[in-house]
Amino acid sequence: MTPSPASPATAAAPALPVQPPQGCPFDPPAEFARLRTEAPLSKISLPDGTEAWLATRYADIRAILGDTRFSSDTTRPGYPLSGMTGGATTEHRGFIRMDPPEHTRLRRMVTREFMVKRVEAMRPEIQRLTDELCDAMEKRAGQDVDLIEALALPVPSLVISLLLGVPYDDHELFQRLTGTLLSRTVTDAERESARAELRAYLHQLVSAKEAAPGDDILGRLIAEQQVPGEITHDDVVAFAALLLIAGHETTANMIGLSALTLMRDRETADRLRAEPALIRGAVEELLRFHSIIRNGPRRAATEDIEIGGQLIRAGEGVVVAVPSANRDPEVFADPDALDVCRPNAQHHVAFGYGIHQCLGQALARVELQVVIGTLLRRFPEMRPAVPVDEIPFRSDMAIYGCHTLPVTW
Amino acid sequence: MNITLDADKCCAAGQCVLIAPEVFDQRDEDGIVVLLDAAPPADQHDAVREAAAICPAAVIKVDE
Ligand code: SF4
Repeated sequence: MTPSPASPATAAAPALPVQPPQGCPFDPPAEFARLRTEAPLSKISLPDGTEAWLATRYADIRAILGDTRFSSDTTRPGYPLSGMTGGATTEHRGFIRMDPPEHTRLRRMVTREFMVKRVEAMRPEIQRLTDELCDAMEKRAGQDVDLIEALALPVPSLVISLLLGVPYDDHELFQRLTGTLLSRTVTDAERESARAELRAYLHQLVSAKEAAPGDDILGRLIAEQQVPGEITHDDVVAFAALLLIAGHETTANMIGLSALTLMRDRETADRLRAEPALIRGAVEELLRFHSIIRNGPRRAATEDIEIGGQLIRAGEGVVVAVPSANRDPEVFADPDALDVCRPNAQHHVAFGYGIHQCLGQALARVELQVVIGTLLRRFPEMRPAVPVDEIPFRSDMAIYGCHTLPVTW
Repeated sequence: MNITLDADKCCAAGQCVLIAPEVFDQRDEDGIVVLLDAAPPADQHDAVREAAAICPAAVIKVDE
């Protein structure tokens, strides 16, 4: 890697800070606060020994993600792939790993599926699914229940399966495979085999839909894009893989962390129970506070670009620290406090920023609003069944959260 | 207040519609932003400014 003029490679750069083993499990690594003031763009070394820039300040992060000269194309030289998990790098890599015009063309084939109005129309269905899962939980009163397994994973899983037209009977297979794909600890071979298994399943599913396209996202992609020759069978499979993985663990982990936060902050929970209209804003604040994407997004500079006074050279990689941006005191007053009435909470970059900003964000918002509101209403006495330091946090995963969350009420 | 859009850049994630639904909508075919009112009344101005500040693709331009 070419040394940058501003930071000569004298010693090996430190590794990307990850979740600390001690301290508040909800806070990002303390190192980010120091970096924001002392070295908002600093070099880190990735697991394969290459170096990349780490951006920690809100303003720099918005500038990077809002500038398409920072490429999302994972096949570009310098793209910091190492240490990032989940998904193929070259063949059929999905539009999130592409640049315009290809990114724009493919993303627009599915944008309408996630429009605010369409997602709002699904709210009653999402409420119904949530109520059913809560009914099942109620029957288990007096036992310890894992909230992740009982509610947090099934809600987004049922919803995305419904949208794509995936039979729900297969959801356990998906949860196992996506878990492996997103893990930071599995071997390359394990990840490769999970990827192959998921792809084989999706090939089969898409083939079945080619014979009889239904009224779902995959069916519409086949009828409107694949049949006229805009995209191929393999492209439909790539869409399915992307939407499935993106919709699963992100929302599930936000539900788990949000529930745990509110169980520990009874004052806020009581307030939200008394004033349900605050839940919308509370969801934005929880997204800001938790910032579950822990080691990305990432980009490769295609030109020499100055960001916050630092020159980033063409061909250098950049890792953007979302949790750091969302706790930047320049933007969010008292950033480490959870304030469900924070006036600018929605300025968070938990969904990213720029043209790649999360396509499913309206859906994630409705799911979170419904599930959190329902939990507060139906289980006012819910509490963790184990001390918080016994909860297994996902410090080992690209998406932060709890592996399991035993609760009782 | 006068609003203009550079809708070609819109990535259709719909934040403007959530913030100022009386001013912005999304096209049914592809979710791209639609301007309902280019010169909205004063009670909408804060929401419009907020939508412009949040829009991830810098689509919304506001002249005051
Ligand atoms: S917020 Fe911006 S990018 Fe998103 S839908 Fe509105 S105009 Fe388009």
